[in-house]
Amino acid sequence: MASVKEMRTRIGSVKSTQKITKALQMVAAAKLRRAQQAAEAARPYAARMAGVIANLAAGVSGPSAPLLLAGTGRDQRHLVIVATSDRGLAGGFNSSIVRAAREKIGSLLAAGKDVKIITVGRKARDQLKRNYSDRYIANYELGLKTPSLSMVKPIAQRVLDAYAAGEFDVVTLVHSTFKSVVSQSPRVLQLIPAQMETGGPAPFYDYEPDEDTILQALLPQNISVQILSALLENNAGFFASQMTAMDNATRNAGDLIKALTIQMNRTRQAQITKELIEIISGAAAV
Amino acid sequence: MATNKIAFDLVSPEKLLLSARADMVTVPGTEGYMGVMAGHSPLVSTLRAGMIDVAVDGKDDRYFIKGGFAEINPEKITVLAEEAVPMTELDIAVLDQRIRDAQEDEIAAKTDAERLRAAQLVDDLKLVRAAF
Repeated sequence: MASVKEMRTRIGSVKSTQKITKALQMVAAAKLRRAQQAAEAARPYAARMAGVIANLAAGVSGPSAPLLLAGTGRDQRHLVIVATSDRGLAGGFNSSIVRAAREKIGSLLAAGKDVKIITVGRKARDQLKRNYSDRYIANYELGLKTPSLSMVKPIAQRVLDAYAAGEFDVVTLVHSTFKSVVSQSPRVLQLIPAQMETGGPAPFYDYEPDEDTILQALLPQNISVQILSALLENNAGFFASQMTAMDNATRNAGDLIKALTIQMNRTRQAQITKELIEIISGAAAV
Repeated sequence: MATNKIAFDLVSPEKLLLSARADMVTVPGTEGYMGVMAGHSPLVSTLRAGMIDVAVDGKDDRYFIKGGFAEINPEKITVLAEEAVPMTELDIAVLDQRIRDAQEDEIAAKTDAERLRAAQLVDDLKLVRAAF
């Protein structure tokens, strides 16, 4: 059995770990509120944009439809964009996104498609680069700021350029959706060709300048917005997940400290008893 | 006369800035400023950089937007702005910086389309600057 001194050091180290997890939990909780607000504030824009595009798309179809909407008509070369966080210590948050991405990539490969990968966030790169280094094109890091449109633009531009150059037929985005503080689930979203819910009959809109010009401006913007809202949802999900994970860790550390303290006290008591017996039996022998 | 008002939403990618019922909304359409009132015919229009003027009960709220789209139907106008700032929060120094940036873009532009877009932005921003 370990000595009392060893156990005391061990308790000390668990205590300082607990301080760290506790601090991280509080930081995550504070950041979560802002991230959640940002994610929720971004939803109306994305939703309305999808609505406008759906209306436009109902009017424009056939061979004249833009590529971003109609696709290339093939389904061979895929681009998968995987978005995670930069940092870890958030329970299964990143792993669940990466797992969803692996499943998607795996099923595409099994179907004999060509797959290329772009990752956003350090964790996606770390976990996917190992398995798919030959399919990997680029990585974007998030940094510490809340994602903004200007941050997303280069990513969207890269994707659009590649698409315009005819490198891909289908572009898919894998990210996490923020449902609530305790529930985030990964989502696989097809970006290009755009997927539309075809609602009821399209209202008869006038277009200024004209439908094509508007669509050509709207569709690329939509890609940026979709990526942005994915990153914002990720950001909120990350902090929620980190808060839960760190809360658990803090509680576990507390349990461990309790168990170790009891064990240490028992050991110390046993030692004292042993010494007493030795003294008493020594005195009795005299 | 509530029936004569039009619902107005101003959204930027970061947030919903304003959701109100307005008497008239003036937006900077690509083909000119237009005032939108209740009962407007359905229209989707791209917007240039400029000012949105929202008239509610005789009071005017002004917002600066940097391009975007407007979706209009008889009951509602939705503006999807790439970027939107209330005029009261807009700083003239920031605006001047924007104009300089756009001018640099115009010089650095590689294609005609890019140059045209940057030149357009410079003109639009100068108009806003003049309105201060």
